[in-house]
Amino acid sequence: MSKGKTKTSYQIPIGPIHPALKEPVQFNFEIEGEKIVDVDIKLGQVHRSIEWAATKRNPVQVLYLAERICGICSYCHPMAFTLATERVAKIEVPERAQYLRIIHQELERICSHVLWAGVAAHEIGFDTVLFLTWQIRETALDLTEYLCGNRITKGITMIGGVRRDITSDMLPYINEKLNLIKGSWEKLRKIFLEDKTFQLRSQGCGVLTKEDALKLCAVGPLARASGVKKDVRIDQPYFSFGDFDIEYMTPDIVTGEVNGDVYDRIIVRLLEVKQSVELIGESIDRMPEGEIVSEPKLVKLLNQLKKIEGEGIGRMEAPRGEVFHYVKYMNAESPYSWKVRAPTYSNVLPWIPMFMGEQIADIPIVAASTDPCMSCTNRVGIVKNGRQSYMTSEQLHHLSVKKTKELMK
Amino acid sequence: MTALKILTPDEIVQSYKGEFKNNILDARVEKYVNGLKKNEFFHIWIRIERSAYKDVVKHLFTFEKYPHFAVSSGYDLGDTVELVHHFSLYCGAKSRDISVSFTVSLPKNDLTIDTITDLIPGALISEQEKQEMLGIKVIGIPKDDRVFISEDFPECTYPWRRDETGPDKMVRNLHDEVKE
Repeated sequence: MSKGKTKTSYQIPIGPIHPALKEPVQFNFEIEGEKIVDVDIKLGQVHRSIEWAATKRNPVQVLYLAERICGICSYCHPMAFTLATERVAKIEVPERAQYLRIIHQELERICSHVLWAGVAAHEIGFDTVLFLTWQIRETALDLTEYLCGNRITKGITMIGGVRRDITSDMLPYINEKLNLIKGSWEKLRKIFLEDKTFQLRSQGCGVLTKEDALKLCAVGPLARASGVKKDVRIDQPYFSFGDFDIEYMTPDIVTGEVNGDVYDRIIVRLLEVKQSVELIGESIDRMPEGEIVSEPKLVKLLNQLKKIEGEGIGRMEAPRGEVFHYVKYMNAESPYSWKVRAPTYSNVLPWIPMFMGEQIADIPIVAASTDPCMSCTNRVGIVKNGRQSYMTSEQLHHLSVKKTKELMK
Repeated sequence: MTALKILTPDEIVQSYKGEFKNNILDARVEKYVNGLKKNEFFHIWIRIERSAYKDVVKHLFTFEKYPHFAVSSGYDLGDTVELVHHFSLYCGAKSRDISVSFTVSLPKNDLTIDTITDLIPGALISEQEKQEMLGIKVIGIPKDDRVFISEDFPECTYPWRRDETGPDKMVRNLHDEVKE
């Protein structure tokens, strides 16, 4: 803790390493009593120059680099790069591959949202719910492994299509796993939406107004929970999303109103898990026969890509919101320039109004409610009168659990 | 969606050409078709004069109350640094979202551009990033400090540049070291 900007305030730095965050980020909170009155955010603790590294690799090698941007969105990043590249190279993707791409994307969304639900439960002290969500996520990961051969870095993306097909003999296993997830969804809904303590900890907490969400360019479930209808799958239907009648998932579907708080973010993500399960089922039913990649010969594809010139963008609705890739080619083996913008990049500034007026004990759940793509470990540094001490993850987590227990009395 | 009236991509381009005349150096519309139902969507690319940049962004507000800012890209072309600012219009209007990208060329002897954070506060991080990655100066930016690069990173080294200010001097090419 250190002296704040006013006589009565003090500052608490949280991060760059912190249990509520999946990757390092640093918050400097200005506190008055228990109340947050200002916050400053610093990023970049895990900047790995991936965009620069891509300019030394060919586009197919970049796919594997892009998979490693994020372990949870390891499908969305290479696929957004692929979309941008295909647009520059004017590659037509077979219709069957477009459906397969939907299946993989929605499966990734289920894994990500269920993981988030577990983290959120843990942050407010419901570790039994954490284990329940992990059980559900395990089912989704088993299915991912069955379809891709891998669980995390999936290796399914290819420029011009996908690398593996789904054959009819695979359908019973897929349906079994989808039914398991569907069955568990009702359990999750009851816990998250009907449990009194969940409501007490999440309603009216970490509010982001619709106007702030629009001005600060928030994306994904965070924006939709504030009533902003933004979803790239619907707005600009890539793959075959235009063949489906998809609705924007906003909290008013369940409650009839939009508050933009943590509770509303829970509703949106739960609804999207259900929506994703349905989309996978419908995609399998409607998927046309045909090729799964436009050019199966890798050498021929790379030769084609060497000669392309121009720029393109790839936009997708990743689990956390719009992922945006820009790529420029100039008749060379490697991309000339590549810009990656993950959804969390757009969801950093909205954190500021969300934290304002909240209590220290709410920091973990408010920070986690945006589902930030940042890794976590161990401790919080506190500087008081120039003397530094540390609040461990356990201490901060304990504060959050203590608040939950007090509310339960 | 907070759109006033949904225009077609060609109408948007015409509107820009009519309003900004010689400041529009080039414009093209790309159409993409997907799925069994052959759904269409569009990307607009417009190259503009730097002096018109802020007014060009302001003009987006005549199409929609809150145009969505995605990010700014950028690269070094030798004599110039090119910035590409990506926006989208009509989010929330099913299948009618249009991506609009404005390219601005900055000569190396005057790497400055106006901030748009007074119009779109959500552009702040992207402007900070362009400053530290490309060595440009965003005039009027409300927060000037580094956002992705750590404070101990050398001054005047910009990771996205391809000239003497680029990062090559900091890169250890292990295969070269093994050869030596």
